[in-house]
Amino acid sequence: MQIQLNGKERDVGEGITVAQLLEELDVRPERVAVLVNQGIVKKPSYASTTIREGDAVEILTVMAGGMEEFR
Amino acid sequence: MTEYTEYKDQPLRFGGREFASRLIVGSSKYPDPPTMQKAWEASGAEIITVAVRRMNLATGGSLLDYIDLDRYTLLPNTAGCYTSEEAIKTSIIAREMGLSDMVKLEVIGDEKTLFPDTAALLEATKILVKEGFIVLPYTNDDPIVAKKLEDAGAAAVMPLGAPIGSGLGIRNPYNIKIILEVVRVPVVVDAGVGTASDAAFAMELGCEGVLMNTGIAGAKDPVTMATAMRYAVEAGRRAYMAGRIPKKLYASASTPLEGMPELI
Repeated sequence: MQIQLNGKERDVGEGITVAQLLEELDVRPERVAVLVNQGIVKKPSYASTTIREGDAVEILTVMAGGMEEFR
Repeated sequence: MTEYTEYKDQPLRFGGREFASRLIVGSSKYPDPPTMQKAWEASGAEIITVAVRRMNLATGGSLLDYIDLDRYTLLPNTAGCYTSEEAIKTSIIAREMGLSDMVKLEVIGDEKTLFPDTAALLEATKILVKEGFIVLPYTNDDPIVAKKLEDAGAAAVMPLGAPIGSGLGIRNPYNIKIILEVVRVPVVVDAGVGTASDAAFAMELGCEGVLMNTGIAGAKDPVTMATAMRYAVEAGRRAYMAGRIPKKLYASASTPLEGMPELI
Protein backbone atom coordinates (compact mmCIF):
# COMPACT_ATOMS: atom_id res chain seq x y z
CA MET A 1 0.00 0.00 0.00
CA GLN A 2 1.06 3.59 -0.61
CA ILE A 3 1.80 6.02 2.22
CA GLN A 4 3.29 9.50 2.37
CA LEU A 5 6.61 9.19 4.20
CA ASN A 6 8.37 12.47 5.00
CA GLY A 7 6.52 14.05 2.11
CA LYS A 8 7.29 11.32 -0.45
CA GLU A 9 5.29 8.37 -1.77
CA ARG A 10 6.42 5.04 -0.40
CA ASP A 11 5.22 1.48 -0.81
CA VAL A 12 4.94 -0.47 2.45
CA GLY A 13 3.40 -3.77 3.49
CA GLU A 14 -0.29 -3.96 4.40
CA GLY A 15 -0.91 -3.51 8.14
CA ILE A 16 2.63 -2.37 8.94
CA THR A 17 3.12 -0.87 12.40
CA VAL A 18 5.22 2.18 13.25
CA ALA A 19 7.76 -0.10 14.97
CA GLN A 20 8.00 -2.32 11.88
CA LEU A 21 8.38 0.68 9.58
CA LEU A 22 11.28 2.02 11.66
CA GLU A 23 12.91 -1.40 11.60
CA GLU A 24 12.47 -1.61 7.82
CA LEU A 25 14.10 1.81 7.49
CA ASP A 26 16.89 0.87 9.90
CA VAL A 27 16.04 3.81 12.15
CA ARG A 28 16.66 3.65 15.89
CA PRO A 29 13.40 4.57 17.65
CA GLU A 30 15.12 6.42 20.50
CA ARG A 31 16.47 9.02 18.05
CA VAL A 32 13.19 10.02 16.45
CA ALA A 33 9.67 11.26 16.93
CA VAL A 34 6.91 9.90 14.71
CA LEU A 35 3.78 11.65 13.52
CA VAL A 36 0.94 9.86 11.76
CA ASN A 37 -1.49 12.22 10.05
CA GLN A 38 0.00 15.04 12.15
CA GLY A 39 -0.68 13.29 15.45
CA ILE A 40 2.29 12.44 17.66
CA VAL A 41 2.69 8.70 18.28
CA LYS A 42 4.13 8.06 21.74
CA LYS A 43 7.04 5.64 21.86
CA PRO A 44 5.23 2.92 23.90
CA SER A 45 2.57 2.83 21.14
CA TYR A 46 4.95 2.24 18.21
CA ALA A 47 4.32 -1.51 18.17
CA SER A 48 0.54 -1.18 18.45
CA THR A 49 0.05 1.68 15.97
CA THR A 50 -0.91 0.38 12.52
CA ILE A 51 -0.35 2.55 9.48
CA ARG A 52 -3.13 2.64 6.90
CA GLU A 53 -3.22 3.26 3.16
CA GLY A 54 -2.70 6.96 2.36
CA ASP A 55 -1.49 7.88 5.85
CA ALA A 56 1.01 10.73 6.12
CA VAL A 57 3.92 9.56 8.26
CA GLU A 58 6.64 11.92 9.45
CA ILE A 59 9.87 10.64 10.97
CA LEU A 60 11.61 13.54 12.68
CA THR A 61 14.96 13.90 14.35
CA VAL A 62 17.44 16.52 15.46
CA MET A 63 18.92 18.39 12.56
CA ALA A 64 20.71 21.62 11.86
CA GLY A 65 19.77 24.01 9.12
CA GLY A 66 22.29 24.07 6.31
CA MET A 67 23.57 20.59 7.09
CA GLU A 68 21.99 18.93 4.06
CA GLU A 69 25.37 18.40 2.45
CA PHE A 70 26.58 16.03 5.16
CA ARG A 71 23.48 14.44 6.53
CA MET B 1 43.15 44.50 56.74
CA THR B 2 40.79 42.17 54.87
CA GLU B 3 42.25 39.41 52.82
CA TYR B 4 41.62 39.42 49.09
CA THR B 5 39.47 36.51 47.94
CA GLU B 6 39.55 35.68 44.26
CA TYR B 7 36.28 36.06 42.39
CA LYS B 8 34.50 32.79 41.68
CA ASP B 9 31.54 32.82 39.32
CA GLN B 10 28.15 31.31 40.07
CA PRO B 11 26.68 28.85 37.57
CA LEU B 12 24.11 29.89 34.98
CA ARG B 13 20.74 28.51 36.11
CA PHE B 14 17.75 27.59 33.95
CA GLY B 15 14.88 26.02 35.82
CA GLY B 16 16.61 23.55 38.11
CA ARG B 17 19.65 23.08 35.88
CA GLU B 18 23.12 24.60 36.29
CA PHE B 19 25.81 25.36 33.71
CA ALA B 20 29.35 26.64 34.21
CA SER B 21 29.62 28.10 30.70
CA ARG B 22 27.67 31.24 29.84
CA LEU B 23 28.04 30.78 26.11
CA ILE B 24 25.36 28.80 24.26
CA VAL B 25 26.10 27.80 20.68
CA GLY B 26 24.14 26.63 17.67
CA SER B 27 24.64 23.81 15.19
CA SER B 28 23.81 25.44 11.85
CA LYS B 29 25.82 26.77 8.94
CA TYR B 30 29.14 25.12 9.78
CA PRO B 31 31.27 24.22 6.76
CA ASP B 32 31.54 20.56 7.87
CA PRO B 33 30.99 18.38 10.98
CA PRO B 34 34.62 18.25 12.20
CA THR B 35 34.83 22.07 12.17
CA MET B 36 31.53 22.20 14.03
CA GLN B 37 32.72 19.75 16.67
CA LYS B 38 36.06 21.54 17.13
CA ALA B 39 34.29 24.90 17.38
CA TRP B 40 31.95 23.54 20.08
CA GLU B 41 34.95 22.28 22.01
CA ALA B 42 36.82 25.58 21.64
CA SER B 43 33.74 27.57 22.75
CA GLY B 44 33.60 25.73 26.08
CA ALA B 45 29.81 25.70 25.67
CA GLU B 46 27.74 23.10 27.48
CA ILE B 47 24.47 23.78 25.69
CA ILE B 48 23.92 23.32 21.94
CA THR B 49 20.78 24.46 20.16
CA VAL B 50 19.29 22.06 17.62
CA ALA B 51 16.32 21.99 15.27
CA VAL B 52 13.62 19.34 14.83
CA ARG B 53 13.37 18.32 11.18
CA ARG B 54 12.52 15.41 8.89
CA MET B 55 15.11 12.66 9.06
CA ASN B 56 17.01 11.95 5.86
CA LEU B 57 15.81 8.38 5.41
CA ALA B 58 18.28 7.69 2.60
CA THR B 59 21.19 7.94 5.03
CA GLY B 60 19.47 7.56 8.41
CA GLY B 61 21.69 10.43 9.51
CA SER B 62 20.95 12.65 12.45
CA LEU B 63 22.78 15.52 14.06
CA LEU B 64 22.94 13.19 17.06
CA ASP B 65 25.69 11.31 15.21
CA TYR B 66 27.93 14.31 15.88
CA ILE B 67 26.99 15.24 19.45
CA ASP B 68 28.43 13.69 22.60
CA LEU B 69 25.35 13.65 24.81
CA ASP B 70 27.40 12.96 27.93
CA ARG B 71 29.11 16.28 27.39
CA TYR B 72 26.48 18.57 25.90
CA THR B 73 22.92 19.42 26.82
CA LEU B 74 20.70 19.79 23.79
CA LEU B 75 18.45 22.81 23.59
CA PRO B 76 15.83 22.10 20.92
CA ASN B 77 14.55 25.22 19.21
CA THR B 78 11.34 25.99 17.38
CA ALA B 79 13.11 27.79 14.52
CA GLY B 80 10.91 28.22 11.50
CA CYS B 81 7.65 28.25 13.48
CA TYR B 82 5.36 31.15 12.63
CA THR B 83 2.44 30.33 14.95
CA SER B 84 2.18 29.40 18.62
CA GLU B 85 0.52 26.11 17.60
CA GLU B 86 3.53 25.10 15.47
CA ALA B 87 5.97 26.12 18.19
CA ILE B 88 4.06 24.20 20.87
CA LYS B 89 3.85 21.08 18.73
CA THR B 90 7.55 21.27 17.82
CA SER B 91 8.41 21.55 21.54
CA ILE B 92 6.30 18.51 22.35
CA ILE B 93 7.92 16.54 19.51
CA ALA B 94 11.39 17.44 20.81
CA ARG B 95 10.44 16.25 24.28
CA GLU B 96 8.94 13.08 22.82
CA MET B 97 12.38 12.33 21.35
CA GLY B 98 13.56 12.24 24.94
CA LEU B 99 16.16 14.93 24.33
CA SER B 100 15.28 17.69 26.69
CA ASP B 101 12.47 19.40 28.54
CA MET B 102 14.13 22.72 27.80
CA VAL B 103 13.06 24.61 24.71
CA LYS B 104 14.41 27.69 22.98
CA LEU B 105 11.03 29.03 22.03
CA GLU B 106 10.90 30.98 18.80
CA VAL B 107 7.72 32.20 17.17
CA ILE B 108 8.80 34.16 14.13
CA GLY B 109 6.65 37.07 13.02
CA ASP B 110 8.23 38.02 9.73
CA GLU B 111 10.40 36.23 7.19
CA LYS B 112 12.60 39.20 6.33
CA THR B 113 13.54 40.41 9.80
CA LEU B 114 12.92 37.15 11.70
CA PHE B 115 11.68 39.34 14.53
CA PRO B 116 9.54 37.44 17.03
CA ASP B 117 5.76 37.60 17.12
CA THR B 118 5.70 38.46 20.80
CA ALA B 119 1.93 38.02 21.25
CA ALA B 120 2.14 34.45 19.94
CA LEU B 121 5.37 33.91 21.88
CA LEU B 122 3.71 34.87 25.15
CA GLU B 123 0.75 32.59 24.44
CA ALA B 124 3.05 29.63 23.61
CA THR B 125 5.15 30.32 26.73
CA LYS B 126 2.09 30.16 28.98
CA ILE B 127 0.97 26.83 27.52
CA LEU B 128 4.41 25.19 27.51
CA VAL B 129 5.11 26.25 31.11
CA LYS B 130 1.83 24.56 32.11
CA GLU B 131 3.02 21.47 30.22
CA GLY B 132 6.14 21.39 32.40
CA PHE B 133 8.72 22.73 29.94
CA ILE B 134 11.69 24.90 30.87
CA VAL B 135 10.91 27.69 28.42
CA LEU B 136 13.66 29.99 27.12
CA PRO B 137 11.90 32.43 24.81
CA TYR B 138 13.68 34.32 22.03
CA THR B 139 12.16 37.77 22.23
CA ASN B 140 12.85 41.30 21.06
CA ASP B 141 14.50 43.92 23.24
CA ASP B 142 11.19 45.06 24.74
CA PRO B 143 11.19 45.28 28.57
CA ILE B 144 7.38 45.06 28.77
CA VAL B 145 7.30 41.79 26.83
CA ALA B 146 10.28 40.49 28.84
CA LYS B 147 8.38 41.07 32.08
CA LYS B 148 5.25 39.39 30.71
CA LEU B 149 7.34 36.37 29.67
CA GLU B 150 8.81 36.14 33.15
CA ASP B 151 5.34 36.42 34.69
CA ALA B 152 4.19 33.62 32.35
CA GLY B 153 6.84 31.36 33.89
CA ALA B 154 9.73 31.59 31.40
CA ALA B 155 12.98 30.28 32.94
CA ALA B 156 14.94 33.05 31.19
CA VAL B 157 14.34 35.79 28.68
CA MET B 158 16.45 35.90 25.55
CA PRO B 159 16.26 39.29 23.87
CA LEU B 160 17.90 39.76 20.49
CA GLY B 161 20.88 42.07 20.25
CA ALA B 162 20.11 42.54 16.55
CA PRO B 163 18.31 40.46 13.90
CA ILE B 164 19.28 36.77 13.65
CA GLY B 165 22.43 36.29 11.59
CA SER B 166 22.92 40.05 11.09
CA GLY B 167 26.10 40.42 13.14
CA LEU B 168 25.10 43.98 14.01
CA GLY B 169 25.89 43.59 17.71
CA ILE B 170 23.87 45.02 20.59
CA ARG B 171 21.81 47.70 18.86
CA ASN B 172 19.87 48.87 21.88
CA PRO B 173 21.97 48.41 25.02
CA TYR B 174 19.68 50.75 26.95
CA ASN B 175 16.68 48.48 26.46
CA ILE B 176 18.78 45.47 27.47
CA LYS B 177 19.71 47.43 30.64
CA ILE B 178 16.04 48.09 31.38
CA ILE B 179 15.19 44.42 30.80
CA LEU B 180 17.92 43.53 33.30
CA GLU B 181 16.26 45.83 35.83
CA VAL B 182 12.71 44.57 35.37
CA VAL B 183 13.18 40.78 35.31
CA ARG B 184 14.73 38.46 37.85
CA VAL B 185 15.21 35.40 35.62
CA PRO B 186 18.47 35.19 33.63
CA VAL B 187 18.72 37.48 30.60
CA VAL B 188 20.59 35.87 27.72
CA VAL B 189 21.30 37.86 24.56
CA ASP B 190 20.19 35.69 21.67
CA ALA B 191 21.07 36.76 18.12
CA GLY B 192 22.98 39.60 16.55
CA VAL B 193 26.45 38.96 17.96
CA GLY B 194 29.00 39.45 15.18
CA THR B 195 32.33 39.46 16.93
CA ALA B 196 33.96 39.05 20.33
CA SER B 197 33.45 42.64 21.51
CA ASP B 198 29.66 42.27 20.98
CA ALA B 199 29.63 39.26 23.29
CA ALA B 200 31.81 41.01 25.88
CA PHE B 201 29.56 44.09 25.72
CA ALA B 202 26.44 42.00 26.35
CA MET B 203 28.06 40.46 29.39
CA GLU B 204 29.35 43.83 30.64
CA LEU B 205 25.75 45.08 30.59
CA GLY B 206 24.99 42.36 33.13
CA CYS B 207 23.49 39.66 30.94
CA GLU B 208 23.76 36.14 32.33
CA GLY B 209 24.79 34.63 29.02
CA VAL B 210 25.01 34.91 25.26
CA LEU B 211 23.59 32.60 22.62
CA MET B 212 25.05 32.66 19.13
CA ASN B 213 25.31 30.61 15.98
CA THR B 214 26.23 32.55 12.84
CA GLY B 215 28.85 34.68 14.62
CA ILE B 216 30.92 31.51 15.10
CA ALA B 217 29.77 29.22 12.29
CA GLY B 218 29.95 31.94 9.64
CA ALA B 219 33.41 33.23 10.58
CA LYS B 220 36.26 32.46 8.19
CA ASP B 221 37.80 30.34 10.93
CA PRO B 222 34.95 29.14 13.15
CA VAL B 223 37.19 27.33 15.64
CA THR B 224 39.34 30.39 16.38
CA MET B 225 36.21 32.57 16.57
CA ALA B 226 34.71 30.10 19.05
CA THR B 227 37.80 30.52 21.25
CA ALA B 228 37.49 34.31 20.94
CA MET B 229 33.83 34.17 21.95
CA ARG B 230 34.62 32.02 24.96
CA TYR B 231 37.18 34.55 26.19
CA ALA B 232 34.89 37.47 25.36
CA VAL B 233 32.00 36.05 27.39
CA GLU B 234 34.31 35.30 30.31
CA ALA B 235 36.03 38.70 30.10
CA GLY B 236 32.73 40.57 29.89
CA ARG B 237 31.29 38.62 32.80
CA ARG B 238 34.30 39.34 35.00
CA ALA B 239 34.36 43.01 34.03
CA TYR B 240 30.70 43.26 35.01
CA MET B 241 31.25 41.51 38.33
CA ALA B 242 34.38 43.57 39.03
CA GLY B 243 32.47 46.86 38.59
CA ARG B 244 33.81 49.30 36.03
CA ILE B 245 35.02 52.84 36.78
CA PRO B 246 32.62 55.70 36.11
CA LYS B 247 33.04 57.53 32.81
CA LYS B 248 34.42 61.08 33.10
CA LEU B 249 34.90 63.78 30.49
CA TYR B 250 38.33 64.94 31.69
CA ALA B 251 41.51 63.21 32.69
CA SER B 252 42.29 62.25 36.24
CA ALA B 253 45.98 61.54 36.84
CA SER B 254 46.86 58.00 37.82
CA THR B 255 50.12 59.10 39.42
CA PRO B 256 49.87 61.46 42.40
CA LEU B 257 51.65 64.83 42.19
CA GLU B 258 52.64 64.72 45.84
CA GLY B 259 56.41 64.60 46.28
CA MET B 260 57.17 66.16 42.87
CA PRO B 261 60.61 67.89 43.03
CA GLU B 262 61.17 71.47 41.89
CA LEU B 263 62.94 70.84 38.64
CA ILE B 264 63.33 74.32 37.19
